[in-house]
Amino acid sequence: MPVVMDADRIGRTLTRIAHEIVERNKGTDDLALVGVRTRGVPIARRIARTLREITGHEVPTGSLDITLYRDDLMRHAVGPQPLVRRTDIQFSIDDRKILLVDDVLYTGRTTRAALDALIDYGRPKAIQLIVLVDRGHRELPIKADYVGKNLPTAPEESVQVRLIEIDGEDEVVLETGGGA
Amino acid sequence: MNTTSQEIDQKQAVTALRRKDLLGIAELSAQEIELVLDTAEAMKEVGTRPIKKVPALRGKTVINLFYEPSTRTRTSFEIAEKRLSADTLNIAIGTSSVVKGETLADTALNLEAMSPDMIVLRHASSGACHFLSRVCRSAIINAGDGMHEHPTQALLDAFTIRERKKRLAGLKIAIIGDLLHSRVLRSNIHLLTKLGANVWVCGPPTLIPTDIRRFGVTPTSVVDDAVRDADVIMLLRIQLERMEGAYFPSLREYFRVFGMTESRMLLARPDVMIMHPGPMNRGVEIASEVADGPYSVILDQVANGVAVRMAVLYLLAGGAEHEEAA
Repeated sequence: MPVVMDADRIGRTLTRIAHEIVERNKGTDDLALVGVRTRGVPIARRIARTLREITGHEVPTGSLDITLYRDDLMRHAVGPQPLVRRTDIQFSIDDRKILLVDDVLYTGRTTRAALDALIDYGRPKAIQLIVLVDRGHRELPIKADYVGKNLPTAPEESVQVRLIEIDGEDEVVLETGGGA
Repeated sequence: MNTTSQEIDQKQAVTALRRKDLLGIAELSAQEIELVLDTAEAMKEVGTRPIKKVPALRGKTVINLFYEPSTRTRTSFEIAEKRLSADTLNIAIGTSSVVKGETLADTALNLEAMSPDMIVLRHASSGACHFLSRVCRSAIINAGDGMHEHPTQALLDAFTIRERKKRLAGLKIAIIGDLLHSRVLRSNIHLLTKLGANVWVCGPPTLIPTDIRRFGVTPTSVVDDAVRDADVIMLLRIQLERMEGAYFPSLREYFRVFGMTESRMLLARPDVMIMHPGPMNRGVEIASEVADGPYSVILDQVANGVAVRMAVLYLLAGGAEHEEAA
């Protein structure tokens, strides 16, 4: 079970991404962060904190639950429905640049669902995608704008992102075989 | 979901409604009830969006089969279905083949031949939904069957209480009115006692079922005892259409003895909630000042009904034979 990112590395990576955001957008005007539940949310909050330290400006931050937009929702005739949690976006996304944040980019299906969900809230000026880990194996034409770490994986491997806010520790682990 | 870490996360979090149908609260566990209420919280947010629609039930067909008049429940189900993107159709019995003498089973089997996924049934006979669930492959949701149960009403009542009081356990809840004919009462007793509330029921002795203590509630005909220090007062409609005998002398006398007035309400806790499943008989079970007053959450109940029904539809749409980790 190799650890591919430890707590320090995750911290430095998110700081680097925050700087990239400021550079690419020439500041933080019109920006807002939206974390995809579950682990995109604390990552989005950490980036917001770093952005405040760098620029002194507060970037509005929300959380998005994509369960009701999943494309596999009704595919399994037998099986419990995934738990639906609250979406919490307390600002208008109209004409803002939305930074969508997720922990792992894999097939791209979560991102597809998140884009659909987000667009039901309004018409953002642009959507940019931030992921902590890109593990490849895309099934849809989706690409991240900010990548913490490119991690080549085999399909049977699984990438576990653990965060202090949820799991009590910060690390990214590559698990081989079995898993999910 | 494309991240395996989230996949595992969800598997651990999921408990499911392990059933094909929602026939009553009696069959549900406390955990299943909590699951519906938690899911309804997420569904409520959908109703606050500019675009009040999510694609979760896209391609599913839901038939609303109503053998009894209904405004609130039928509209509420229909809005819930539409917000989840299901295709819905309403069958009002006045204009259907039922007036030509078709039986419930025949009507249902003919509807089933057109492959709906769910049937929402309201019927004047207790047990009609259980009967249909044995005949039909579709998921059956009970929207009120005779004097038996009205599960989604009890769920929305619990949701409304939990939203305000943050809990149900330990609350004193007084339910006052026609205890004999009320399916809302039966569903609420099951639900509230399962979640640990202290339930008092109150009405004229002629309208109290004799064996009601067996359900773990405290019956009384002294309305002040029921109301004293209550956290929640729930009024039930005097169901004139189900009264074949003389249960009490007159509606005026009922109001004088049992009607919820402002002065009577003062006996309850200062943050009491006044609830009524509707339709209200103003001046019979509830005074207008109370129904429209600051303690009334009657319209919140209606608003929450949509979210709770969305949760039920969503959770049942996953299919039968649920397992812990599929």
